[in-house]
Amino acid sequence: MTDELVERWLRLAAARVAAERERLTDLDAAIGDGDHGINLDRGFRELLRRLDAGACPVEPPALALDGAGRALIGTVGGASGALYGRGLQRAGAVLAALDGGGQVVPGEPGGARTARPSREERTAAAFAAAVAAITALGRAAPGQKTMLDALVPARDALGAAVAAGAPLAVACASAAAAAEAGALATIPLLATKGRASYLGERSIGHLDPGAASSALLVRALADAAAG
Amino acid sequence: MVALVLVGHSPALLRALREMVGQAAPAVRVATAGGTLVGGLGTSAPGIRDALRAGLAAAGGDGIVVLLDLGSAAMALEIALEELDRAERAFVVVSEGPLVEGAVRAAVEAAGGASREAVRAAADAERTAPKLPPDWLAGGAA
Repeated sequence: MTDELVERWLRLAAARVAAERERLTDLDAAIGDGDHGINLDRGFRELLRRLDAGACPVEPPALALDGAGRALIGTVGGASGALYGRGLQRAGAVLAALDGGGQVVPGEPGGARTARPSREERTAAAFAAAVAAITALGRAAPGQKTMLDALVPARDALGAAVAAGAPLAVACASAAAAAEAGALATIPLLATKGRASYLGERSIGHLDPGAASSALLVRALADAAAG
Repeated sequence: MVALVLVGHSPALLRALREMVGQAAPAVRVATAGGTLVGGLGTSAPGIRDALRAGLAAAGGDGIVVLLDLGSAAMALEIALEELDRAERAFVVVSEGPLVEGAVRAAVEAAGGASREAVRAAADAERTAPKLPPDWLAGGAA
């Protein structure tokens, strides 16, 4: 999540959400209130409008993520807006902290600094912060048939790939594959969070719309990172 | 006098609820945050934050009691509360009570001059207050 990547990702994510709007809404109609695609599309359209109008900054990336989160929180309307929006804002906050430069090494003459984290490390840290924020706000855990079933495997795959020295595009592709596998794995799960939990056993056998949109957003990140 | 802030998914629902509350307790100030910023079904943290501030302004130093409906309302409220100053948050309490019954009950309590904690407790109590006659609950009717 650096340089022009954030803007490229946000714009690509908006395009993918628009393209998948009906599918996400249909998934939600099966086990929720049938508005997930419509809601997300409304939020991402507003985000695009703000990016184009200069009302949401495109750089630095930390401010772009914060502005994007603000747009989603204000206009999506469902839990997904609060969750994704808060996630983006926390990712931005972590980037802002990292972009402040490495920490000053105590006692080092001339204020020498520790090495600035790599692009890959910063992306993994921002992603992990987003997932932590979503976990905290949603009071949810993997296995409950939510977006976390896609996001937690994606965070882990991204972290592992970065730790192993993979370049950003490869690491993000690994995260996207993990998110997609995690989303598919929600089909047999019993929903215990959100509107789908009202259905009890009837939620089994359906792909969770939040996990599906999460997989879509992580795939967009991978494609944006691939250039 | 304690003011109420009603948070929900539907602007129409909240307009109607405000009317019901006004009938029960005309003197009580009520702020609402219903729907998204563009008027659709849903909740919006910025809209809730503005309603919280409007309620606080109307309540003077007595503070506000917030009631909410389902799902994302609690998450959006949480974000809105974080955007308030610490000094503002100290005058806000949130009720677990059901939106409709809780709001009417809270309004009557507030109109009687109760503190925000007492108003919240009254609204909370509506969670478990029976609304069906006892003989129905015994399994007889409907």
